[in-house]
Amino acid sequence: MAQHAAKRARFQAVTANRLSDGEVVYFSPDNRWVEAFAMAEVADGAEAAETLLARAMPADFEAHVLEPYLFEVLEDGQAYKPASVRETIRAAGPTVRLDLGKQAEAKAE
Amino acid sequence: MYRYDEFDHKLVADRVNQFRGQVERRVSGALSEDQFKPLRLMNGVYLQLHAYMLRVAIPYGTLRSEQMRMLAHIARKYDRGYGHFTTRQNIQYNWPALDEIPDLLDELACVEMHAIQTSGNCIRNVTSDQYAGAIEGEAEDPRIVSEIIRQWSTFHPEFTYLPRKFKIAVTAHKNDRAAIKLHDIGIVVKQNDAGEIGYEVHVGGGQGRTPFVAKKMTDFVPKAKLLAYLEAVMRVYNMLGRRDNSYKARIKILVHETGEEEMRRMVEEEFAKIDASEMLTVPQEEIDRISAYFAPPAFETLPADSQAFSQAQADDADFARFVRANVVAHKQDGYAIVNISLKPIGGVPGDATDAQMDVIADLAERFSHDEVRVTHEQNLVLPHVKLDDVKTVYDALAAHELATANLGLISDQIACPGLDYCNLANARSIPLAQEISERFSDLDRQYDIGELKIKISGCINACGHHHVGHIGILGVDKKGTEFYQISLGGAADENAAIGQITGRAFTEEDIVDAIETVVTTYTDLRADGERFIDTYNRVGMAPFKERLYD
Repeated sequence: MAQHAAKRARFQAVTANRLSDGEVVYFSPDNRWVEAFAMAEVADGAEAAETLLARAMPADFEAHVLEPYLFEVLEDGQAYKPASVRETIRAAGPTVRLDLGKQAEAKAE
Repeated sequence: MYRYDEFDHKLVADRVNQFRGQVERRVSGALSEDQFKPLRLMNGVYLQLHAYMLRVAIPYGTLRSEQMRMLAHIARKYDRGYGHFTTRQNIQYNWPALDEIPDLLDELACVEMHAIQTSGNCIRNVTSDQYAGAIEGEAEDPRIVSEIIRQWSTFHPEFTYLPRKFKIAVTAHKNDRAAIKLHDIGIVVKQNDAGEIGYEVHVGGGQGRTPFVAKKMTDFVPKAKLLAYLEAVMRVYNMLGRRDNSYKARIKILVHETGEEEMRRMVEEEFAKIDASEMLTVPQEEIDRISAYFAPPAFETLPADSQAFSQAQADDADFARFVRANVVAHKQDGYAIVNISLKPIGGVPGDATDAQMDVIADLAERFSHDEVRVTHEQNLVLPHVKLDDVKTVYDALAAHELATANLGLISDQIACPGLDYCNLANARSIPLAQEISERFSDLDRQYDIGELKIKISGCINACGHHHVGHIGILGVDKKGTEFYQISLGGAADENAAIGQITGRAFTEEDIVDAIETVVTTYTDLRADGERFIDTYNRVGMAPFKERLYD
């Protein structure tokens, strides 16, 4: 697996895949797993990131999601965006099938 | 084609029920992911970037119409309306929900299909020549021994937890279309001077991080002794293959580190013991039973030429191009092998929609003795079409964007799913294949360039076979950005070779121009009748490197 969080990353969020269907999910400020990257909590600094990851992994986390991990995000004006190509694709869907994945759902809304 | 007996049916049904219980226990929390992961992998279920992925086995790439129809149904009901045919002649679905997979597998089992041997450190689904039983010049149909190997290897208790996965490929033709020398074991079915059928066995080929062409272990194993010989190879590997480092655990590393001679000696020693026990001597009646499933279909007696076929080519230039590129001579007079390219210009290599799969199933039923084949180059084949029917088949294919006349040409590329889907990938493969396909979309230019195999992998695991592309492209990650490394001179056929890297990698913006530079260097340098690979083998890397980097 490649392109996870960079060691020197300032901003990081937590992502995983949902157990029932594998959907990409993000850990939110109200301690839920949500589908939209825009609703993810972003931690500022390494210590805050580790705290966020710990909150995302209570004893029963495996009943809901698979393999939570931190990944780097960048500030993009007023919003954040994933830093790597890999996480950009996970947040949107396959770049070769714009009719599939989260990007398609966003378009339909 | 092989049909399940009562044991096969029970075996698969039991396996689905077992997996249903495992999924239920995982969802209920009774199983942790660490406990469940090896179980789901043994049933072909991976976790990819966006969702789970299910890989369905298509033993030796052979399908009946009803099976293809079921694959279409699965795509519609459980997935997003398409499937991806792979370099292992299998099909992958990219979006199934975990809790629906047991029902999906139940439906597959109704047409004698499953996802066993598509993942995990076992002997994987056996692959073979897509023209088996249809092409002139085979010693015998390679699917006979492929099926015998399938039955021997399925759930083989000694080989369920090998050091790593293990892949076997079989051909029975002098032209290797199954890339047998790039497999852990590659088998050539051949006839000896006495007219007996037996097997030449190659061991230790493979791609991935450390590519090797397989070494010939033996020139001829008699028919009844093959399983004993294979068991000997497997046993040596299982005992001595490394388990401390997954990157060094494939048999190719064992052969390389042990040496060809010593490996041969150990295999022969083990073979002698197994052979003496006669436990694995395949009885003639069993060989005959399996062979009967692969008896040629009831071909009609027809003239070698078809007036209708010739006239249709004269009347329709596009059809004539299709025949030139995609239609291959059949061993039976009056018949042809029709290749269906899954590489439309700008399309996703290997993808087919549910509607396309239904069309192909119908055509196979009506015009190809109920058979479809999957190729390791991610295309499909109707193996037994009457010459008189080829135009009708072509028209139906053309109506569903399945008649691209590019087989073996520059736009007929292998590409792995890459970073658009795959959890292991470092870079995207498919968009690059699409751009190259668009750049060289002019068919006349493609015909002028001639046979040229581009193979693209999104990481060093080499699912896209980049090591053996005439032009290979490997996606690499540099600090979260995609780069592409080019290699030249690889080949997956009977003259198998590992390509050589040209030099530093290219950016996403520059890679297609770089491929064009390689192609124009070839067309500038080629002698009359030379294919790309011939020119490369004559002139070497230097002129290509010079044009790419100077």
